[in-house]
Amino acid sequence: MSYLDMTLLRFSTAGSVDDGKSTLIGRLLYDTKSIFEDQYQALEKSSNLRGEEEVNLALLTDGLKAEREQGITIDVAYRYFATPKRKFIIADTPGHIQYTRNMVTGASTANLAIVLVDARKGVLEQTKRHSFISSLLGIPHLVVCINKMDLVDYSEEVYEKIRSEFEDFGARLAINDIRFIPISALKGDNVVTRSEHTPWYGGATLLNVLENVHIGSDNNLVDCRFPVQFVVRPNTDEYHDYRGYSGRVAGGVWKVGDEVKVLPSGWNSKVKSIDTYGKSLQEAFPPMSVTITLEDDIDISRGDMLVRPNNQPEQTQDLDLMVCWFNPVALKLNGKYAIHHTSKAARCVVKKILYKVNVNNLHRDQEDKTVGMNDIARISVRTTAPLFVDRYTRNRNTGSLILIDEATNETVGAAMVLN
Amino acid sequence: MQNYSLSHLEELESEAIFIIREVAAQFQNPVLLFSGGKDSITVYHLAKKAFWPAKIPFPLMHIDTEHNFPEAITFRDQLAEKDGINMIVKSVQDSIDQGRVVEETGVNSSRNLAQITTLVDSIEELKFDACLGGARRDEEKARAKERFFSHRDEFSQWDPKNQRPELWNIFNGRCKMGEHFRVFPISNWTEMDVWQYLKKENIDIPNLYFAHEREVVNRDGVLLAKSEFLTLKEGEAYENRIVRYRTLGDMTCTGAVTSECYNLDDIIEEVAATRITERGGRFDDRRSETAMEDRKKDGYF
Ligand SMILES: Nc1nc2c(ncn2[C@@H]2O[C@H](COP(=O)(O)OP(=O)(O)O)[C@@H](O)[C@H]2O)c(=O)[nH]1
Repeated sequence: MSYLDMTLLRFSTAGSVDDGKSTLIGRLLYDTKSIFEDQYQALEKSSNLRGEEEVNLALLTDGLKAEREQGITIDVAYRYFATPKRKFIIADTPGHIQYTRNMVTGASTANLAIVLVDARKGVLEQTKRHSFISSLLGIPHLVVCINKMDLVDYSEEVYEKIRSEFEDFGARLAINDIRFIPISALKGDNVVTRSEHTPWYGGATLLNVLENVHIGSDNNLVDCRFPVQFVVRPNTDEYHDYRGYSGRVAGGVWKVGDEVKVLPSGWNSKVKSIDTYGKSLQEAFPPMSVTITLEDDIDISRGDMLVRPNNQPEQTQDLDLMVCWFNPVALKLNGKYAIHHTSKAARCVVKKILYKVNVNNLHRDQEDKTVGMNDIARISVRTTAPLFVDRYTRNRNTGSLILIDEATNETVGAAMVLN
Repeated sequence: MQNYSLSHLEELESEAIFIIREVAAQFQNPVLLFSGGKDSITVYHLAKKAFWPAKIPFPLMHIDTEHNFPEAITFRDQLAEKDGINMIVKSVQDSIDQGRVVEETGVNSSRNLAQITTLVDSIEELKFDACLGGARRDEEKARAKERFFSHRDEFSQWDPKNQRPELWNIFNGRCKMGEHFRVFPISNWTEMDVWQYLKKENIDIPNLYFAHEREVVNRDGVLLAKSEFLTLKEGEAYENRIVRYRTLGDMTCTGAVTSECYNLDDIIEEVAATRITERGGRFDDRRSETAMEDRKKDGYF
């Protein structure tokens, strides 16, 4: 059963209207045989209704009615396809500046980002924006697809020019793995099959990159972090004294017998067992969901964190954050918000707004400090209780949090820890 | 060096278990909506795993249209008995009898819409603040943007334009009195993932999913099973075929596929080769291009 060896890759796509993002996704789905006949027929029908001659693969990724009417994507849509090697989850996001928040959302869980460049237009402001957001959200791998190569006669010169343009500003990105692929989403060149039109290109096709990019070391396997999500107490005869701490490993490799420190109480103990349904494991690593039992009886509840005595996160009430704002109501200086960080909930007050970041060029704006919808800003907050945090660049799980408006319960901001 | 990576099924399972535990932790009164189909059986199995060795800390609820396949009901009752589940059954017929909803009539009628009323009434009556369901984003295009934690207002309505953003693995289940959440732990699974997982975990499913002989009528390409609820149109006739189901809904609107798959391995092979989506055989989705989206706004699963 080969599917037991398949792995999972989450990637995001961002592109501005007409870059060919929808066509590219349609192409990936179509060429990997992930589009079904009835979906295809529905597409044919919609395309006809719209008076289009060819079947518009782009319509596939177009979800809700309102969007169909406006002809643009305005939220994050998730798409799925698989090859015998991997299953893929695409977070498909719109590319306009007014959808920065959607790009941030899509990027938050991605291992890889695809940035599309129209070969006729070269590197534009929006290309930089997508790349900066991917970098900010800690995506480890970036693939720059130079699209519509068919419209520039598959010219190596054009490709090389765009590539060096990108590399000039790419040096400022916190992404080490950046690759370039000349493609035509419409004709299929170098998407799933190698193109005859680009003999000068020696690299892999897009699908080949997606299937083979090494993601095994994207998780933090060094710093042991286990936020307690739920306490399991069966209270049955068979498991009378069982007390397990359920959660998803947020960092490090946990082994039976390991020394454990419990935060915030500071008690020490050892891992007695790592349990899953009817089965015990010798070790657990991210992103496994397990239940850990300890040698000693300690009072532990949701929101506590198990760590190693010699490797602890920062425990602090003062957070230095890069926040992306999601709400039409602007961030309030001295405003109070609820905060969710790992399994812990607290409240916070906004102490300072330091500057806003221009996502088109990463310049800092210290004049205009109104943080409105889609703005990204550096702020500092003080929380009601200490949080156990790592820097976002070190651990995406323990370095991220959301802000919630306590009156409306809406998620109004998402932030990365810079401490 | 050891390779610390999970297979795709292990990672999907871990994500789903995380979501289910989050529901138990964040809500006062959750419920698992159980339809008897493979997706809700999968969610039920994941919930068992999530809380082991303790029992699932919330009940299951089945909204019974009474147009279900009898095999699905038998399966439900046997499972509840075997595992000692607290299974709440709410009947659409009761809602109809109480005048809460008017039964559709005609040849293509179904209890799909009536079901919404019963569900919404039951949520209100039993004060559930979170309903776990087995919907998947790949099922239908309106679902591609659905959240894991999907907020519903006090009228159980879904507002696709005003959804809470979901980033990383942080979920915001805060809600006001009378509002609730629909939660979809297997959002990121495809039909294929579900079949593979059922096989890997050796999970029992109703035998309707496997090839069997049945009297069906071919209506516009959809094979509908003979039942007391179906009215034949002029010129239609039943015939015997070897069929199975890829999805279970009401007998009146769920189409069978001709298939010789007698076990999960056969099915996995067949699904890999088929070119029709599982909901392609459902009459309820075909009514209009945005049929699913319209029903969801009104409180459908
Ligand atoms: N010639 C050519 N046209 C393309 C290519 N990719 C996309 N297009 C066209 O560009 C237009 C916009 O594409 P679409 O996928 O809708 O762009 P989106 O707005 O980024 O999703 C459509 O007319 C596509 O057919 C390509 O590789 N070559």
